[in-house]
Amino acid sequence: MSTTALPSNYSTNSATTASAWLKSWLLTVDHKRIAILYLISINVFFLLGGMAASMVRLELVTPQGDLMSADMYNRMFTLHGVIMVFFFLIPGIPSVLGNFLIPLMIGARDLAFPKLNLLSWYLYMGGGIFALCAAVFGGVDTGWTFYTPFSTSYSNSNVVLTIAGAFIMGFSSILTGLNFIVTIHKMRAPGLTWFRLPLFIWAHYATSLIQILATPVVAIALLLVAVERIWHVGVFDPAIGGDPVLYQHLFWFYSHPAVYIMILPAMGVISELIATFSRRRIFGYEFVAFSSIAIAILGFLVWGHHMYVSSQSVYSGLVFGFITMLVAIPSAIKVFNWTATLYKGSISYRTPMLYALGFIGLFVIGGLTGIFLSVVAVDIHVTDTYFVVAHFHYVMVGGTMMAYLGGIHYWWPKMTGRMYNEAWGAISALVVFVGFNLTFFPQFVMGYLGMPRRYHVYPQEFQIYHVMSTAGSSILGIGFIIPLVYLLLSLRYGKLAGDNPWDAPGLEWQTSSPPPTFNFATQPIVTEEAYAFHPEAAIRDAEAWQPGSPL
Amino acid sequence: MATTTHDHVSGPALQHHYDTPGQQKEAATLGMWAFLVTEIMLFGGIFMAYMVYRWAYPEIWAAAAPHLNTPLATLNTVVLLVSSLTVALAVHAAEVGNKRQLVTLLLVTILLGATFLGIKFTEYGEKFAHCAGYASPLAWATGGERLGEAECLVPGKGFLFPVAAASAEGGAPAAAAADAAQPGMKSPHQLFFFLYFCATGLHAVHMVVGITVMSVIAGMAIRNKFSPAYFTPVEIGGLYWHLIDIIWVFLFPLFYLV
Repeated sequence: MSTTALPSNYSTNSATTASAWLKSWLLTVDHKRIAILYLISINVFFLLGGMAASMVRLELVTPQGDLMSADMYNRMFTLHGVIMVFFFLIPGIPSVLGNFLIPLMIGARDLAFPKLNLLSWYLYMGGGIFALCAAVFGGVDTGWTFYTPFSTSYSNSNVVLTIAGAFIMGFSSILTGLNFIVTIHKMRAPGLTWFRLPLFIWAHYATSLIQILATPVVAIALLLVAVERIWHVGVFDPAIGGDPVLYQHLFWFYSHPAVYIMILPAMGVISELIATFSRRRIFGYEFVAFSSIAIAILGFLVWGHHMYVSSQSVYSGLVFGFITMLVAIPSAIKVFNWTATLYKGSISYRTPMLYALGFIGLFVIGGLTGIFLSVVAVDIHVTDTYFVVAHFHYVMVGGTMMAYLGGIHYWWPKMTGRMYNEAWGAISALVVFVGFNLTFFPQFVMGYLGMPRRYHVYPQEFQIYHVMSTAGSSILGIGFIIPLVYLLLSLRYGKLAGDNPWDAPGLEWQTSSPPPTFNFATQPIVTEEAYAFHPEAAIRDAEAWQPGSPL
Repeated sequence: MATTTHDHVSGPALQHHYDTPGQQKEAATLGMWAFLVTEIMLFGGIFMAYMVYRWAYPEIWAAAAPHLNTPLATLNTVVLLVSSLTVALAVHAAEVGNKRQLVTLLLVTILLGATFLGIKFTEYGEKFAHCAGYASPLAWATGGERLGEAECLVPGKGFLFPVAAASAEGGAPAAAAADAAQPGMKSPHQLFFFLYFCATGLHAVHMVVGITVMSVIAGMAIRNKFSPAYFTPVEIGGLYWHLIDIIWVFLFPLFYLV
């Protein structure tokens, strides 16, 4: 029924030999093809990181260390952390969705520096190969934070290789951010003023600012660790008067803003999804736009909240705690404006919308527990417990992961020209939501009761929570496998999507699906604000409704 | 503006995805400025470490700094500042389309950059020669004159800060006090020299990159790639060169003139 061919587009190929075909992908400078390269590689890393997570969860089913030794367990959770943070969460949404959509959304033919964009992908892969080599040659056991002096003087694992991987990946991140900033400044279509930009673009702009300002600092911190480890002299070595805590400062100066590199693009995706599936302009557009910038700025002033127990003075702890609470304001502005957009909207519960609604719920829990943790007294009580683990998984997995999946579903018809299976989509969104909560909610409880993180043996009393958590993680795993299957099947069997399956107003929907290599047949000119849904859009939705279709 | 994608006016160097040469130039310049910001943040990490330790050990800093070769570094500063001038003149030559002058000035810049690295190399060589027990790199290579008083300022196992010299400059009491407070702790003098090697080493790596960039640009200039209408690479390459200079302008007083 639906296997008619797609029109010629960015992914069609005139290559006749296999090597020419390979070249046309691996040496492409087309932002859309590079986005597809990222999509494949990032998902591979996600699966690897997920496998490491499953091993960790499996070990924790019983209170004894029966599956792995303590040392093996350390290497396993470090592998999980390094891959998920550096190779999935940080590049995830910007490199896949941002790369594909930013030029389309602003009516440009490509990013400002297409070759730099390709270089970013190669740097990403280079970094990934270093990190994987480190894992294959025995792994690394420092945790993804590489705290000194353990990482510099005591650890007997592949610290330098892993650090090299993160260092190289950092440059990929910097170049992507730089590319986005210049593109958003200089490549917008005529008439596309800053306040007509989709909020996805605002969010990516804020993200890019963090990427270019914060990433070099972690690069130099990691470089110093590597130098110290290789030549056994260095600035973090207490034996010659150095200060290991200085490393924590430099590290968190990047790594706290890095969590906003992960969540801000996710918030941009959610703004798009909420607007389209409630057929309304985002309520308080300017506030949502500026809240992204505010989060980016405040994000640079809160790194000390990772260091309440690191000998940092109580007074700086209080100041960092106070500024951390301020971050809740722009975050809450976003959540309240999204819910206000839903109010009296014409809501349809398509798969991307299910992910978006899931995001709001999970992000609220993750965000509010973040405020608990910003309070010095509470934080000291639950430092290094599963409470912290649950908090950042609610924000990172419940936030970024949900938005990534929602965004992939929403733009899938644009990227591939075909629709995915809506029924399976809805089922997998629910499975992910249930599996996620079953995995991580018990971790709040056991963390509060005193279960420390990074231990592979634990007292009997925590077993029930760990069993629940592991059960949830297997459901979550199924929730990730289902989309993988039906999305791949849709490439062959999916219905043709048409240019604008969601009836959405963004520029990316005005070109064909999938877009041609140069994106637009004619230069688009923008005369309206973003999210200008026609008044009859909601009426058309109601008329098109039939029993069994999503509400 | 509703033109089709491919038939817009194109200069020889206009890439397909830009509308006008002006837009392309603005994009390239903004991109370079954004990159320079990341460079400053990169060095910022080292400056931060410098600040922390100078704050913690002011006397040791005062005692250690005179052991760097200030005359050579001063000469290097002059070399680098002159190279910034030649780069600025090269940009001007490109702007007016004077090819001979442009190529000459770029080559002079490259030469000055190489001179800087040569002097830097001599400076490092001196430190390593002292560790090996020789008075100078030349003596080390030829097995000549030995160093009078043992000294090794390269951080590592062999690090040896000459105590007599330190006390002459009034730094020893502080070092002794630090030792007394934390017995068994090696001399924090190493921190100064570690930061010195890291910061100037990273700067030297940037010089190597800068020289490579300038060589590529000089090659493009020889092949007539530039005209008064298009000389963006000269301009943004120049920006990068100036940044390297500015970083040195901060490194020089922080390490040599403390």
